[in-house]
This record gives sequence, structure tokens and C-alpha cells, in this order.
Amino acid sequence: MSLTEPISFHVNGAPHSVQAEPDTPLLYILRNDLKLKGAKFGCGLGQCGACTVLLDGHSINACDTPLWSVAGKQVTTVEGLATDGQLSRLQQAFVDEQAVQCGYCISGMLMAATALLATDPQPDSAQIRAALDRNLCRCGTHARILRAIERAVAATAESAAPAVALGVQP
Amino acid sequence: MSAQPKLPMYLASNPRLDRWLRFNDDGTATVFTGRVELGQGITTALAQIAAEELDLSFGQVRIVGADTTLTPDEGHTSGSRSIPEGGPAMRVACAEARAVLLAAAAQQLDIPVSQLVVEQGRITGADRIREVSYWELPHRELLAREATGLVPVKPVAHYTVVGQSAARLDIPDKVTGQPRFVADMELPGMLYGRVVRPPSFGARLQSIELAPITGLPGVVHVVRDGDFLGVIAEREEQAVNARKAMIAAARWSEPGLPTDAHDIYRYLETRTTTDSVIMQREDTASLATATRHFEARFTKPYIAHASLGPSCALATFNANRIEVWTHSQGVYPLARELAQAFELPLESVIAHHVDGPGCYGHNGADDAALDAVLLARTVPGRPVMLQWMRDDEFAWEPLGPAMVVKTRASLDAQGNIVDWSTDIWSNGHTQRPGTSVISVPTSSLLAAWHLDKPIARIPQGDPTMAGGGGIARNGEPLYDLPNKRVTAHRVEELPLRVSTLRALGAYANVFAIESFIDDLAKEAGADPVEYRLRHMKNPRARAVIELAAQKAGWVPDQTSDGTLGRGIGFAQYKNGYGYIAIVMEIALEPEFRVTRVVAAVDVGLAVNPDGIINQTEGGILQSLSWTLKEGMMFDRERITSRDWETYPVLTFSEVPAVEVHLIDRRDEPALGAGETPTGPTAAALGNALAHALGVRVRDLPLTRERIIAAME
Repeated sequence: MSLTEPISFHVNGAPHSVQAEPDTPLLYILRNDLKLKGAKFGCGLGQCGACTVLLDGHSINACDTPLWSVAGKQVTTVEGLATDGQLSRLQQAFVDEQAVQCGYCISGMLMAATALLATDPQPDSAQIRAALDRNLCRCGTHARILRAIERAVAATAESAAPAVALGVQP
Repeated sequence: MSAQPKLPMYLASNPRLDRWLRFNDDGTATVFTGRVELGQGITTALAQIAAEELDLSFGQVRIVGADTTLTPDEGHTSGSRSIPEGGPAMRVACAEARAVLLAAAAQQLDIPVSQLVVEQGRITGADRIREVSYWELPHRELLAREATGLVPVKPVAHYTVVGQSAARLDIPDKVTGQPRFVADMELPGMLYGRVVRPPSFGARLQSIELAPITGLPGVVHVVRDGDFLGVIAEREEQAVNARKAMIAAARWSEPGLPTDAHDIYRYLETRTTTDSVIMQREDTASLATATRHFEARFTKPYIAHASLGPSCALATFNANRIEVWTHSQGVYPLARELAQAFELPLESVIAHHVDGPGCYGHNGADDAALDAVLLARTVPGRPVMLQWMRDDEFAWEPLGPAMVVKTRASLDAQGNIVDWSTDIWSNGHTQRPGTSVISVPTSSLLAAWHLDKPIARIPQGDPTMAGGGGIARNGEPLYDLPNKRVTAHRVEELPLRVSTLRALGAYANVFAIESFIDDLAKEAGADPVEYRLRHMKNPRARAVIELAAQKAGWVPDQTSDGTLGRGIGFAQYKNGYGYIAIVMEIALEPEFRVTRVVAAVDVGLAVNPDGIINQTEGGILQSLSWTLKEGMMFDRERITSRDWETYPVLTFSEVPAVEVHLIDRRDEPALGAGETPTGPTAAALGNALAHALGVRVRDLPLTRERIIAAME
């Protein structure tokens, strides 16, 4: 392997430095180097959303995001949503609604929804659908996923606390 | 009790009780099923059955899915049979285990069995003083025996765990991203593999220069065996890059395909076919009352499983021993085919089921397992993680076959149906592992056909009608009609690779039958719900139709104002499994949009009601995706649907509100739920379009272009 400079970035608040070809898709770095298996390989083409993670709070497809482009940035994966073993409000809503069939798309769904709620804590149904339109589900779990997100939105409205807090965790 | 005790099928073939369960030191029990979790929640439901029969709490039961080293052989997890067939086996095995343990407890406590009570595995007498638990008894020795068929199971009236909506056991891991899937596994020294498939069915490799590939970064080994090509690398992205280079370097000859996506229906209808009359009922007196005759032709394209994750397997090959981790529907049949492919004794092949991306029938999982072993064989002792790329999956997974369905019917003067026939053209619906005739070595596994010493492709097969049928599944309308005839025309030539896809022929057959019924109702001047009920005596069928109509607020004889439409579809899956009626509502704005789906379901005893509702919602939405959008595109050379842009599926913006109403019939056998909604969903949509627009679209998918064409 050619020697390249290590590339440094944060994942779920923790600093990492990775040595790999700079054009390596972030997905393989997360799954194979950092052992974070939550983001999934679905198409490698940025079409299905199974690999969705957050980059500085915005949802991206890790399968077509090159390693070099995340240098110095904050990556959040599904493994970073729970804090101290406490599921995030969205994760809890997915459990409460049993909004999973095979589950292969679910971490991507959670990340896309997390990004949405971080910018708009009270989206309406059409906004939720629009935010998830590039995340495919093949089992037909859509109706439950929508109900789960709406449940999390309702819970946020009740508590008046933000549903998600992004960025570096202490 | 009969003189000859009869065990459930899979308990009879795996009679040892300790093959089904064992007690752990931590106060739990582990049960072993030959079924696999496909995302349908089956392991949760089977764990409920076990907990119920053992008088354990649900939390005390762990469950292990199919594994050739651990569990019974229950063949394939398919056909919605896990609860109807796997459920009784688990139930009786656990009931027998409980009886054996209670007999030992009775002796130890000196209390008659009839006076013992069991709570969470603690066995006590009425005095509640003398007590022993399952774990304190010599359970290993006690379970080292065969089932007798003499032990009664718990009466349904006493159920406390079965019938409750237990939370799925696998969901916590899946919402937190914990490794749960085959693709998430890691073993020490693991390498990454990719394969390069021929560009089309029948293509042959002319040349490839491998030396430049071998020199690419990280490449450990390049494999060529006949027309099978693969690469192994230290890192996953290196394997992906090397695959790209191999695709560019390979030269193939392609024989071409005998038909294409537009011509396929003419092709099917004009082949030499093997015809079989599936059922026939005659009543010549009523035939004489026929006054009007109608016929229609329906078509359904090839449909892809299109699982969200490409097929995957992890394998090792060491000293002529194979170990593979797979998301196959049947690890035992897969192990037998792997043993055959590598000319090894069956004992040398171990196959473990691990969760995979959604499985809706025979997909690429078994093929990926062979691919992984073929690669692992070239790096003995080192595990190889193999995953297909997206285009491998679309171009090579076995598709649900294209079909043509023709219906004919005659009405009497009152508009009642007095004669019906269904004629169906299709390839057979299975080429599963293990369905090959043993004496003729053939293989269902893709790479086996491409090797230097190939194994012939398994001939196409079709499930027997006793097994629910394939081509003719649900080809017979359940309605009480005096004359009925169903004929399957099996096309022997095979333009594309096909096998089982959720509901098999039932999707197209129910679409055709239920669309035609609506057209006949219109001819008869009848309301679609009333017309169905008029021809249906079966009370459970009537109940789901009535409930769906009621919950949807169905107004009889309502005409559309041109902006809204509603339609109904009904079927009893396999004409013997679950009943379902679906009402669909659409809005024309002016493009049509599905706004609401209301379903009523009866699958007998509902082991896990929420699990059944989840499966039903999923079946409805998957079928809606097929019906609105899907069909494999292929030209005279090759498949051209190779990604999500060329094979679009349902998106969130297109998802309607979905309501599922369950009729729980606790005293009826559990019938299995996974496949019931597919056909009725398609018909309900077609009927809603016909209601709103006055035109009938008979060619799937029901796209905007087809609707406009029908209107012109």
C-alpha cells in the first residue's frame, strides 16, 4: 500500500486518525477500520440511503463520501445517538412503534430523521416524507417509520427539550 | 387420541427433545428452531410459543435460528409456513419436555403430577412449600429422549404469552447499530472478496488478463475458474477497485436473449408449454343459464427481490472443511449443495444462519455462500467476507417470473357468475437449493454453472398444489361458482433466471381474478362488495370483506366524482392460509396518489398480533411498490435494470396511510401471515383506478403511462 498521511476527524465525539487511500469511501473506514457496523452498504451509488451518517450535522451517504473530505470534521453514526446507554428519542420511538422489519435500512432512516429534527424539531408529515425520500426501505416498513418519527416529534413538543444534540460530546 | 400418535412433521424428523431446547444455568432456556429470522419476526413468535408451553416468562426464553451444528433441519423458511408448520413442532417439543420434567418433579416432591403448578419454571404443589425448578432437575438427562406424540399441548384458553404483542427480540440491536448482520461479522485475519459476473445469462468468458489485476494495491489473490471470476484483497475498497479493473479487462461473448421486456408476454404465450388442469368443477345445468360471456388478459413483469443490501456471506475453507455464515433461507439444503459442489462429505460443511437484509423468497444469499467458499478455498485458513455489488444483485438474483393470466367468465340473466376459467402462462416458480433430483447432479447455485467443471443448472420446478402451487397458486377463485377450471401452462424455455418471490403466482393470479370480478360486478350492475359476498359462503372470507368495507367506510354503489376512487381486493392465501380483504383509496390531483389502505386480516390464532400487523403492512407496501412501479427491464442482450434509478421502488412521498384490522380467532390454527396481502393490494389499486377513471388497466405495473393509454 502506498504511504499516505493519516487523516484525522471525529466520530461520535471521539478523535480518530486513519491511514488509508484518501479516496476510500468513508463507509469502509467506519465499518472496517473503526468497527462501527451501523451504517450499511446498500448500493455504493448514493441512491438508497442505507449508509446515511451525519457530517457536521448534515446527512450524507457514506458510500460515496471520500475519506479526504471528512478531514477535521465531525461524523455522527447511529452508534453515537444513544448517550450513556439511553436511547435517543428517535431510537426509542422506533422501538415503541416496532418500526423495523429486516432492519438493514434502519440506521440510515434514524440518521436522516436525526438530521431533520436537528434543523426542524416540529416537521409536518410532508416534510418528514420529503426528508426521507432518498432513503429506501424494501420490507415496506415506511408506515411504521413515519409513525415512529411522528411519535418522536410529538414527544419533543411535549418536553420542549431538543430531540437531538449534535456535535462533540464531552 | 389416535392409536398412532402423530408428531408434527419437523418434530417427527428431528424427534430428540434436546435438539429443540436446553436449560441454561442462569435460569433461562434456549430453544432451537430450524427456521430463520428474515425480518419477519418469526424467532420472536416461536420464542413466545416455547415460553407458553414451558410455563416460562417470555424473557426467560432465548432462541437460536437455523444452524447445521445446533438446530433441527426444517428445510427452507418460506411460504408463510413457519408458524403453521414450525409452530406446532416447537409447541409439541416444549410440551413434551415440560411433561418429562414434571414427571421427575412429581417423584422428587412426592406430589402427583396433576397437582403440580409451574410458574416461570418453578414447580410447586398446591401447598407452595415443596418446590423444585427445571434447573434443579437433571434436565440434560431428562431431555435426552425422543418425543412420543402422547403429551397434550396447553389449551388455548390458558394462553398468557401467545396472543400478546411481544416486542421483537432483534430490534434493540438494529436501532443502535450493533453488529447483527452477516455483513457486520469479523473474524481474525479476515479478507474481503468480490466477484465479477458475466454480463448476461449465457455469456461466456473469452479472455481476461489477470496479471495486472494481481498487481493492484492490496490484492491477495485473483480467482478464475472457468467463467467464474473473483478477487480477494486485504481491504474492502481494494477488492471493489480490483473488481472494477477486472470488469474492464474481461471480454465476453453474449448469446443474446430470446425476448425482451416488451415482447415477453407474446413470447410466453407462443412457447411450447406443459399444460396441467389444476382443478375443474362442472355443473352443466347452470352452464345452460349463461347469457353473457367475458374474457380478459392480464400481464405481470419479472419482479426483483431487490433486497436493500446485496447478498453476502462469510466463509472459511480449511483442510477440506467448509464453514459458512449465510442469510440463506435454508442452511441445511445449502450445506448439501455446497458439499456436492466441492465433493466433500456433508459432515465437512457447517452453515450458520445470520441475519441478512430483507428476504422475500429465493434471492442471491445461497449463491453468495458458494462464491465466498470458492474464494476462501484459494486462501486456506483465512476467512473471506464476500458481498455482491448492487448490479450483481439486480442482474443475477433469481427473479419472480413474468406471467400472463387469462380469465373467462359467463353470467346468467341475474348477473351471477355461472362459469369461470383461469389460464396461466409462466415459468416454474422455484429453482431452490435442494429441489434437484438427487440422482442427477445439478445445482441451484449460480457459480456452479460457470466453473471450469460446471454442475448443470437445476431444472426449473414448480411447487405442487399440495404445497400451495407456484404458477397456479390462488389461480382458483375462492368464490362459490358452479363451474370452475384452472389450467397452468408451464413455459419450459427460460429467458431469465427465476425462482420464488413472495406469494409466487398468487400475486398475478389474485390481481387478475379480483380485477375481473370487479369488471363482472360492473356488468351485473352490482356493488363490488355485495357482488363478492353474493358469491361467497365461507364465513371467514365474508368476515374480512365485511370488516374491511366497514372500517373503510365503504358506501355501496357509490360513483366517483372523478377525483376520488376506491377499490377492494380479497384472497385467502393459497386458498388455505390467511384471509385478507383490502380497501384502497386514491385521489386524482390530477396525478393519482394512493391515500389510504384499510385491511382486514384473519390468520387464525394470532401468536404475535403486532408481528402480524407489521408483516401485513409490509406486504401491502411492498406490493404497492411492485404494482405502482416495478418491472425488470431487459433487452435482447441483457438485463438493463441494474440500480435503483433503473429499477425504482416506492418512496416515502408515495406511502399512504395504512390501517390493519386483525380478526383474532384463537381457536383456529395459526395460518401464517407474510404473503397474504400481495395480490389483493394490486387488485384493490387497479379497482380503485377503474372506479375513479372508468378504465381498466390489466398490465402491471399500473403506471401513469398505462393509465393514459387505457383512457385513449
